[in-house]
This record gives sequence, structure tokens and C-alpha cells, in this order.
Amino acid sequence: MVNITINGMNVSVPEGSTILQAAQQVGIHIPTLCYHPDQSIKANCRVCVCEVEGNRLLQAACSAPVFEGMVVRTNTPKVLEARKTIVEMILANHPQDCLNCIRNGACELQTLAEELIIRDNPFELMIRGYDKDTSTPSLFRDPDKCVLCRRCIEACSVIQSVNALGIEGRGNNAMVVPSLGKDLIDSPCVMCGQCIHACPVGAIGEIENIDQFLAAVADPETIVVTQIAPAVRLAIAEEIGMATGELPMDVFVNGLRQIGFDYVLHTNFTADLTILEEGNELLKRVKEGGTLPMFTSCSPGWINFCETFYPDLLDNLSTCKSPQQMFGALVKTYWAEKMNISPAKIFSVSIMPCVAKKFEADRPEMRDSGYKDVDIVLTTREIGRLFRQSGIDFNKLPPSNFDSWMGAYTGAAVIFGASGGVMEAALRTVYEVVTGNTLEDVNFTTIRGFDGIKEATVDLNGLEVNVAIAHSLSNARKLMDQVRAGESPYHFIEIMACPGGCIGGGGQPITKRNQKRIERIDAIYLEDEGLSIRKSHENPEVKVLYDEFLHEPLGHKSHELLHTHYHDKKKKYL
Amino acid sequence: MAEELRIVLRNYGKIDPLNIDSYIAQGGYKALEKARGTDQKGLIDEVKKSGLRGRGGAGFNCGQKWWFAYMAQADQKYVVCNADEGEPGTYKDRLIMQNDPQSLLEGMAICAYAIGADKGYIYCRGEYPYVVDVLNQAIAQAKDKGVLGDFDIEVRMGAGAYVCGEETALIESIEGSRGEPRFKPPFPPAQGLWQKPTIVNNVETFANIPVIVDKGAEWFAAIGAPDYPGTKVFTLTGDINNKTFFEVPTNTTIREIVYKLGGGIPGDRKFKAVQIGGTSGAFIPEADLDTPVAFDAMAAVGATLGSGAVFVLDDSRDIVDVVTRIAGFFEHESCGKCAPCREGTMRTAELMEKIEAGEGSIDDVALLEKIGRVMSYSCLCGLGQAAPTPVLSTIRHFKADYNAKLL
Ligand SMILES: Cc1cc2nc3c(=O)[nH]c(=O)nc-3n(C[C@H](O)[C@H](O)[C@H](O)COP(=O)(O)O)c2cc1C
Ligand code: SF4
Ligand code: SF4
Ligand code: SF4
Ligand code: SF4
Ligand code: FES
Repeated sequence: MVNITINGMNVSVPEGSTILQAAQQVGIHIPTLCYHPDQSIKANCRVCVCEVEGNRLLQAACSAPVFEGMVVRTNTPKVLEARKTIVEMILANHPQDCLNCIRNGACELQTLAEELIIRDNPFELMIRGYDKDTSTPSLFRDPDKCVLCRRCIEACSVIQSVNALGIEGRGNNAMVVPSLGKDLIDSPCVMCGQCIHACPVGAIGEIENIDQFLAAVADPETIVVTQIAPAVRLAIAEEIGMATGELPMDVFVNGLRQIGFDYVLHTNFTADLTILEEGNELLKRVKEGGTLPMFTSCSPGWINFCETFYPDLLDNLSTCKSPQQMFGALVKTYWAEKMNISPAKIFSVSIMPCVAKKFEADRPEMRDSGYKDVDIVLTTREIGRLFRQSGIDFNKLPPSNFDSWMGAYTGAAVIFGASGGVMEAALRTVYEVVTGNTLEDVNFTTIRGFDGIKEATVDLNGLEVNVAIAHSLSNARKLMDQVRAGESPYHFIEIMACPGGCIGGGGQPITKRNQKRIERIDAIYLEDEGLSIRKSHENPEVKVLYDEFLHEPLGHKSHELLHTHYHDKKKKYL
Repeated sequence: MAEELRIVLRNYGKIDPLNIDSYIAQGGYKALEKARGTDQKGLIDEVKKSGLRGRGGAGFNCGQKWWFAYMAQADQKYVVCNADEGEPGTYKDRLIMQNDPQSLLEGMAICAYAIGADKGYIYCRGEYPYVVDVLNQAIAQAKDKGVLGDFDIEVRMGAGAYVCGEETALIESIEGSRGEPRFKPPFPPAQGLWQKPTIVNNVETFANIPVIVDKGAEWFAAIGAPDYPGTKVFTLTGDINNKTFFEVPTNTTIREIVYKLGGGIPGDRKFKAVQIGGTSGAFIPEADLDTPVAFDAMAAVGATLGSGAVFVLDDSRDIVDVVTRIAGFFEHESCGKCAPCREGTMRTAELMEKIEAGEGSIDDVALLEKIGRVMSYSCLCGLGQAAPTPVLSTIRHFKADYNAKLL
């Protein structure tokens, strides 16, 4: 332990701690901007500078290690002048656009300006004048708002191993730019949106589809139908001032009715359906000697990654569409028929923890219903905004149930939202299909949790199945390189593009710490445990769907509506 | 006094730089042999005792730095020579490398032995391709002779950016990354090139080493100013009669350099100021001319030695104009990594231009001082910390020149 003094208070901290960590321990808040708790130290904003006795230079609290006898002062006039001047200079090239900004109210720069009592900025406002990049359907970049903290670059290169972002130019011309092209769409970006979470300001954000939604609601002829992804419910609570997982599902459903949805259905329904299709696809590949290992295909960021970096492995991808797109294809066919509604009138909205889903919904192959299967995708954050706009008090809102035929779901579908969940759901069903026995303990706890790569071997009456699970694309890359080298010992691999799975998706409430993602994972398994039906093949509405419409997994109708194919993105430079 | 004393330039004009035998004939590589006969600690102690401080600008005790690298546990250590010499008006390192490359190699080899390194790099300024040739020939000859033993030296060409002379940016550049400084600590002797213990020293620093080993620490420590012993090479430019270089003991005063060695100001002009140490050096007025060119004495008057560039201005020069150009230089050379320098160099350049154009106010001068103050102790690296010095020193000593231009 090292003993130091901060603002006259003694504190003892482990060797190797930084001033910032030591200050946290004594309850002293030091403002930061480039610092990110789960990333490497950058020390480039210099907002966290403090005085250290015996040193003329101020020390960046986020990077300066403590030493025995160190005397630190965090709020001297010298320190305050430095911090304030630095932030004033940053603000002097920053669009004064808070009122219109996607991060209004959730912006680290705003908070800093408040904390440092910025009033009359002595520096002349000089906006840099970069073009906004809206080249992707998933996320925009607004370089004028960039504070060059480089957190997005680390998210993209280290966590995702995509390297779509880099630094170009020097001095005041330095800017974060897409690699290998002018716009993000030309870069290898897979649209996972992890850079959005990393960004302290509104320099990267989701492309919003709120106006299209409101227009559809306003049109009396249009029937607005929604599906909710498994990872949304527990996180939406965070958007409306509740603790993670605290908003009951049925109150959430009523909230959606309040903002204008005519029918509220659930992606969980097609998650269960996915298990039946994908589980059978796996068994077929194993029995008939198809391409193995098979990869899950429900994460569109992962699909983009595979198409971009591993086009040689596209045959390993399950041909199952993601639950969102299965839902889209069915809602304008099966459900429309059952409800006796003209599919032309249906406006299909999916509520997703994901920004890559926006891109997925726009894929030209996703029109198997004869229409655009999913018209728009709204993220958890966008729904949060709509809820706040509506002024609903969720503590007082009575519950409401899902609408019929595509609203029922099991615990197996719920856990799709966490890394390992799709695998666990598949194992629950595959076990019973193969062995004919009832699975007594449905909890495959070894494949739960936040470890980057998890693996297990499951014995299905003598048939040993090796499975692996990875979340975050840097981990996916490790498994893919193994497959490419012909050294993969697995039969089935689950990949989720985002840290922790969909609960950490690019469209979720802005999430700085992985600790938050872990909390959401816990909430998801709690929800699973509370449900009476926890195996996908026991979903009663899915049974009806097969009886009346699809007839059998991997059947003719399934192939037409529920399966897809993939493309080599042929990014010339990779 | 005001006599030249050649230690690092001891072989200048006396040997054939492209012939190692001519270096050896002057006693070359005796020091390395002697060093290798001493134990590492004793050798480092000797360098420490000599009081030699880095000649690249920061003035850190050389032996002390080696000690940190020696103490660091690692499977691999590196010796890097900083020959980036990006400072306009400076060519002292080039003089040494072009005229006596073997003494640099010998100094590096002694360091390598002391800290336990077997790999060295010379990071040579990109604009010196002919120097790279000389160095490569020298290395080849030294290898042929076997004088370096198992110590291997490689020359790397600089990327042309001023900031790459900063030791950690230089390291990043050798590693093949964008040449941007790292935050410190950790310092290179603990974690440098490829995160391994690394000594980065200036060419002039290394060139002193063989002489110190040969003649002993006491001999060296007795030369020049006690707290910054030895000599320093200066290159004279601007309004001065002898636009050339001199190596002098460090107790020589600025006045002696300008008037005795430099021959004073041409024509019947009067002295206005002298900027020492390169672009980021302070502008020194007449009143401080009796300061000795030693690190601490210079610091006491708010100045540095930097690279040893001496830029003299006569009374016909427009100080505000000169500083405006310098501000433009730093705006251009800021790497853009840290906020106070990225924004501060740009704002400083804008405000200087405004004042230079006759559109500035007293508030603008105050703002310049504030930016400069904050940059000097908040920036990530020495570039941003030193960039405001010309502005701050001229506002301090030549306020009237500013006032004359204000609205
Ligand atoms: C912007 C900047 C440029 C520098 N350029 C040089 C250079 O060209 N040559 C040099 O030896 N040191 C330069 N330095 C100093 C180095 O960072 C480092 O302190 C030096 O190489 C250490 O060697 P020394 O201890 O022998 O002086 C520069 C520092 C800064 C901040
Ligand atoms: S990024 Fe933050 S400070 Fe900038 S306009 Fe948006 S809310 Fe305001
Ligand atoms: S969306 Fe994902 S892949 Fe694209 S730039 Fe952001 S982090 Fe990188
Ligand atoms: S885009 Fe955001 S995260 Fe990336 S450098 Fe700029 S401010 Fe930081
Ligand atoms: S002080 Fe300037 S040169 Fe140094 S790291 Fe900061 S921006 Fe780069
Ligand atoms: S938070 Fe420490 S320098 Fe940015």
C-alpha cells in the first residue's frame, strides 16, 4: 500500500493506483473527459490535471501513479484555471447545439461545462465546419462535435477489432475519420454502434427513425405493429429513471400502446421460433455432414463482420434470419392473414437494443413477405425519448397484455439478450429433441456470464456436442481464425457482436461501464427464472404457427420466409 | 574566458569520418574497452559523478537515467540516439555525426554495456539523408572491425515532424506508429521502445561519453558550471557577424557568445534580443546577457538551453512579427493529441496574428498570457509546455512592442 495525501486527507491505496483512483477512494471527484473506466488510459484531454507537491507541471490524475508521501491538491486556483481554460478552448470550437443534440442531458461535455462554471467564454467561437456523415442507415458521425478523446477508436479497434476509425491530420486539423474511405459506409464498419457508447458527446449517434414512426401513427389508415427484442425491457427502465429491470413487461406494453402502437407483439416469439429452425438446422448439419461449426446468425453486426472479414466462412453461418427479420416476414403474412388485416396497411416497427438492426432491416433480401418486412427499427434509446415525450408516469400506468398470435414467449427466448443465451436456449430444445428425455435442470450456468469466450461440451445421449460462445468481435475473431485454420473443435458457435450480448447493444441506454452490462445480464436470467415455460419448443403460439402455417421446421414455407443467404462484402482493401 | 573548448567536437577536422582507422588512431574505442573492463554499476557511477546532463534539452542527469534502465528487469533493453534535430537553426548533431560518427557509436556502445542492451537505434532527421549514409558506413566499418561486439545499431529515418524529436514520440515512430508522445510516467528507462527499458540520449550527450570514460568523471566535472559541467555546442544565426558554431564551457556567458565568439551585431545596429535553444526558447533581453549558458542559470532567468541554437535579433527586428511566425510554427507542429496544445497553439496563433495586424486589445494580450500559462504546465509533452515560452518571454520583456500594436 502507498500512503498519500489528497487535499489534506490521508489515503492508503494499492501500489500502481492513479491519483484518480485514490481520489475516488476519499470521495473526491476529479472531472475527466478522455478517461473511460473500461479502456486504456489516454491522458489527452488534460481536464483531470492536479497539483502534485514538488512538481511544476500539473499531473493528469487519470494517468499519474501515486508514490509514497505524494501530496496532491485537486482544486487549487492553478488547477481550476487550467481545467476551465482547457474546457473553454474545447467549447470554443464546439457547435453550441445542445438544444438540438442527441446527447442533450447525457453529455459529458455538458456536465463538465456545468461543473467548471463556464459562463462567458473568452475565446471566439470557431466551428471547424466538417460535414456530418450520414452514410449508414445505423449511425451518424458529426465531427464538429468531436472532442478527440479517441475512445471510439479504442472501442472499434480493441473491443471490436474492426479498425473502422482512425486519426487523420495533425494539430488543430486532427480528426477522427473512417479508415479507408471518406464516409463510414466505405470503411469496414459493421455498424455495431459500440463507438456510440464510448463517445462522451454527440459526435457519434444512432440514425433516428422517430419521425417516420410518428408519421405512421398519425396516419389513420396505417396499422402500426411492433415487436420488442428480449434485451429491451430491462434496459428501458434506465431511460425512464428506474433501476435496470424494474419496469414490468405488462406496464411496458401499455406504455407502447400509449405512444401509438396499435398492436404490441414480441420478438421473443420469433426467438423461440429461431431455436426450432436453427436447432434443427444444426442437427441436420451434424447428421448429414454439412458445414461445421455452424455459427448463429441473430446478430446483424456479427453478420456484417463475417461478410466483411471472413467471407470464406459464410457457409458456416446458419441460414436462419435473425428473430427480427423472421418476425418481419411473418407479421405481414401469417399474422396479417390471421388478423384479417391487409399487409399493405401494416407498418412494422421493431424495438431493438441495436443499431445494426437498422441496416439489417434495409437489406434488399429482407422483403420475403412481398413488402419491406420490417419498416423501421427504433432503438431502446429512441423509445426512451418517445416515452419521455409522452409524459407517461410509469409508476401509475396500469398493465396491459401482449396481442395474440405473435406475443407469447418462453424463458429461452428471454435469454437471447445475453451472451450465451441463444446457445443455452438451443441446448434446452436440442437436448429434448435428440434424447427424447425431459431436461430437468434447464440452467446451463457454465455458458453464462461476461467472459469473452465460453465453451462447453454437452452429451446428448452419446452424441457429444462442443459449443463455444463469444461476445465482442475481437473475441469472435479468435474463434474465426481457429475455424479458418481448420483447427476449431466446435460444432456450434454463438457470436454476439456487442459486449455482453444484446444487453450491451449499440442502441441501449448509453453504457459506459461493463458493470452496467453485467447488471443487465443478471436481470435477464432473473426474468427467465420467473417464467413457467422456459423451453422454446413449448411455446404454445409457436406450436400453432407450425400447425397452421409452417407445418415443419426447415420446411418449404420456412425456407421461403425464415431463411436467408449472405454476401461477400468484397471490401477491396481487406 | 570565452575560449572554445572542444570535447564533443574533439576530432572535428582531425580525422577522416569515413575511415574508422583514423578514429582509432586518435584513441578511439579505448574508452569502450576501458568501460567493458569496469563493472556496470561502477561505470554508471562514473557517468553520474561526471555530472553530465542531457544535451537534448531536458537536462536530466545522464548517469541517473542509465541507472534507472540498468535497474529495470527485462529480457531486452534498448539504446536509442535522438538525432532528430528538428529545431530550425540547429545543426550541432549533424556536425558530430558527419565529422565524427564513430564517437557517437562508441558512446552508444558504452551505454549499451552499462545498462545491458544489445540493440541500438539512431533516429536520424529525415532531412539528413547524407548523414544516414555516413552513419551506415560507420556502423559497417565498426562491425567489420568487431569493436562493437554483439551490440547492433540500426539507423532509422525520421518522419519529418518536429514532435518526433520528443523521446516518446520518437519511440512510437520507430515502432511504426503515428509519431505522437506518450504520457509519462512511465518514462522510457522503465518502459520505452516496445515497452522495454530504453535509454534515449541526444547525439551530443553520447559524444561526451567516451571522453568522460577516458579522462574520468572528476576531470569532466571540473569543466564549466558545476551544476551543468562540460561544454555545450552552440550554432549562431540571425543578426550576428560570425554565423557559425562554437563549443564552449558552460560557464561562458551569453554576452561572451554573442560579442566575443559571435563578433557582435553587424553594421551599426544595436542588440535587441537573443533567443536561445530553438523555436521554443525564451527571448532574452540585454539585461540578462551575463547569464552563463548552464541549465540552472538559464532557468533562473526563465530561459533554457534547448538545442543550443542562438538566434540574435538587432533593433530593426519586429519582435511581435517574429513571435507571430513562431506561433504559426507551433500551430503547424502540434501533433493534436492533447487538448491544451491542439487548441492552445491554434488560439495563440490567431491572437498573435490579430495583434500583429493591429487589431488586438489589451484583453487579447491577457488571454495570450493565460493560454501560455495553462499550456506550460498542462500539456502532455514538452512541445506544448514550451511552445508558449516565446510569447510569454516577449510579453514580459518587450511589452512596449506589443502595446505599440494594440488598438
Ligand atoms: C518537441 C520536442 C522536440 C525535441 N526534439 C529533440 C531533438 O531533436 N533532439 C534531441 O536530442 N532531443 C529532443 N527533445 C528532447 C527529448 O525528448 C529527450 O529529452 C532527449 O532526447 C533526451 O536526451 P538527453 O537526456 O541526452 O538530452 C525534444 C523534446 C521535445 C518536447
Ligand atoms: S455534444 Fe454535448 S455539448 Fe455538444 S452540443 Fe451535444 S449536448 Fe451540447
Ligand atoms: S459502429 Fe462498430 S464497427 Fe462501426 S465504427 Fe462504430 S465501433 Fe466501429
Ligand atoms: S467521436 Fe466521440 S469518442 Fe470519438 S474521439 Fe470524438 S468525441 Fe471521442
Ligand atoms: S503537447 Fe502538443 S505535441 Fe505534445 S502531445 Fe500535446 S498536442 Fe501533441
Ligand atoms: S481524463 Fe485525464 S487527461 Fe483526460
